[in-house]
Amino acid sequence: MGVSRVSSPTFRDSLSVSVTVGAYGVAFGAAAVANGFSVLQSCLLSLLTFSGASQFAVIGVIGSGGSALSGIATASLLGSRNGLYGVLMAPILKVRGFKRVVAAQITIDESTGVSLSQEPRGLQAMREGFWFTGFGVFIFWNLFTLAGAVGAKAMGDPSAWGLDAAVPAAFLGLVWPRLKNSTDKTLAIVAAVFAIATTPFLPAGLPIIGTALLAVVAGLWVKK
Amino acid sequence: MNNTLWIAVIGTSAMAFTLKFAGHSVPEKWLSHPLIKRINLLIPIALLSALVAVQSVTTKGAIVIDHRLAGLGAAILALVFKRSFPIVVLSAAITSACVYNFL
Repeated sequence: MGVSRVSSPTFRDSLSVSVTVGAYGVAFGAAAVANGFSVLQSCLLSLLTFSGASQFAVIGVIGSGGSALSGIATASLLGSRNGLYGVLMAPILKVRGFKRVVAAQITIDESTGVSLSQEPRGLQAMREGFWFTGFGVFIFWNLFTLAGAVGAKAMGDPSAWGLDAAVPAAFLGLVWPRLKNSTDKTLAIVAAVFAIATTPFLPAGLPIIGTALLAVVAGLWVKK
Repeated sequence: MNNTLWIAVIGTSAMAFTLKFAGHSVPEKWLSHPLIKRINLLIPIALLSALVAVQSVTTKGAIVIDHRLAGLGAAILALVFKRSFPIVVLSAAITSACVYNFL
């Protein structure tokens, strides 16, 4: 029981991911407040939504004048990958009832990634990797969100501190590692151009959600 | 209290959990089709790129070139030189703040 000799490298992997990723919570907390959300709302997003890209998306869309619905839709499209992670994790975790609810809430990029990376160490290490990383990121992400939100509240004018540039930079930092082949890169550029070109004509939020269709087209096109 | 913000917070959270829980509950074969998998990898790329663009060069429905673009340039530079996420965000913030305050 506990952290056995076999699983301690798993614990180390989980902890290092948790602290590093959790620290990005500062950027989220600060950006949320800069986009008009209260400290409480920022913290609730980190506690309840608990998915970085979705959280940044909803504050980004609302912050640029979009409706609640377009914010929710954009965030949900980004969160759909967590559903796929759940499909991958369910047969590994084999949990039911309340444990499944908890597992679902902490099913994110990092917990799934660390778990799958433990495969050579066996099923038990994969499970521990998921739980350690999920809880670890949850704790640090929420603590750092609070710190960022409170800090930004104390700063005043977001532009004077560069917070309005921190948000697009955060999105860029999230998308950059995903650009692996020419389809990915082309799609990224086309989506950016589409969003800018349609912003003056479409209601706020639609230029962003609309690019999901571009992704579907790209997915169908690559199949050939 | 602003209703839009609260609706966004609660709606986003409810949807996020529903999607996560659904994944743990549906039969694997429903979502394992290669096309679904591929599109699921591409959707975040499109949305995040659109968000980068909209947040960098638009303000309230208009195209606006300002200090944020300098910040984005710094972020791109940091990424090209393979810096970590916090450095990317910080370099964008510092560059943008300098342009905003001193130019």
